[in-house]
Amino acid sequence: MAGVPLVAYLALGLFLFSVGVVGVIIRRNPIVIFMCIELMLNAVNLTFLAFAKYMPSKLPTGTTPVAEASMSGQVMVIFVMAVAAAEVAVGLGIIMAIFRLRKEIDIDEMNLLRG
Amino acid sequence: MNTSELLTPNMGVFALLGGIAAFGAVGVVAFNNATRSALCLVLTFFTLAFLYFTLTAEMIGILQIVVYTGAIMVLFLFVIMLLNLGALKSLFEDRDPKMLIGGVLGLGMAALLGSQVLAPMAKVTQMRAPEGIGSPQSVGYSLFSTYLYPFEIASVLLLLGIVGSILLAKRRI
Repeated sequence: MAGVPLVAYLALGLFLFSVGVVGVIIRRNPIVIFMCIELMLNAVNLTFLAFAKYMPSKLPTGTTPVAEASMSGQVMVIFVMAVAAAEVAVGLGIIMAIFRLRKEIDIDEMNLLRG
Repeated sequence: MNTSELLTPNMGVFALLGGIAAFGAVGVVAFNNATRSALCLVLTFFTLAFLYFTLTAEMIGILQIVVYTGAIMVLFLFVIMLLNLGALKSLFEDRDPKMLIGGVLGLGMAALLGSQVLAPMAKVTQMRAPEGIGSPQSVGYSLFSTYLYPFEIASVLLLLGIVGSILLAKRRI
């Protein structure tokens, strides 16, 4: 949007990322910790898109047109989404397996990888 | 830049959307109930999709709604429901020094990153990318030409995710 500086988007991304970090540190429910990781990934996505729109990077050859150079941020966001989807599926499967073994999901009690 | 230049209608729209997104993010961390955290996260993802629209990334915004609020959050809510973590069984999180330490560390990280990153970017106010960079046509074109090999590797990663989650969710491994 015209009239909104890049700093506004970056500040919002920074805020969301910091809230995600704080949540990962202070919460004890592993599902909420996963949600905070998703929040951090989304903050990074917002930063990618803001940079792709405001200052599209020149690839090292220097001959890349601006339109093509600004696609790198968008494609990166798609890859982050794919990795996030795979990560959530596997991570929630792990949480389900742990819950089946231990009948509790307090993350401070899970200090052994062998369960 | 003085303050009168900042009071544009677009800035108002951004402040509204960003405020809702930040509010939802705080709600994810603050609520004690996992279901409420998940619903706050849905709110955050939905408003983030509209922020992507304001950056003219229409394709990514639609993907955000479909993939994140549609698929990933439904998966979260299913797992919360399967584990039966209602209000009664939700973890009672009392105050411990971890909260203070976490808050201080988060504030420190935000201050460090903000002081290093935000100041050099303060002068960037106009969008240099042309119109139409977020359309499905241009995203698909670059995804299948320049980024073809990473795209194929991502498909292998998703296949591994499918196999791994089925293996983990089986009753007897």
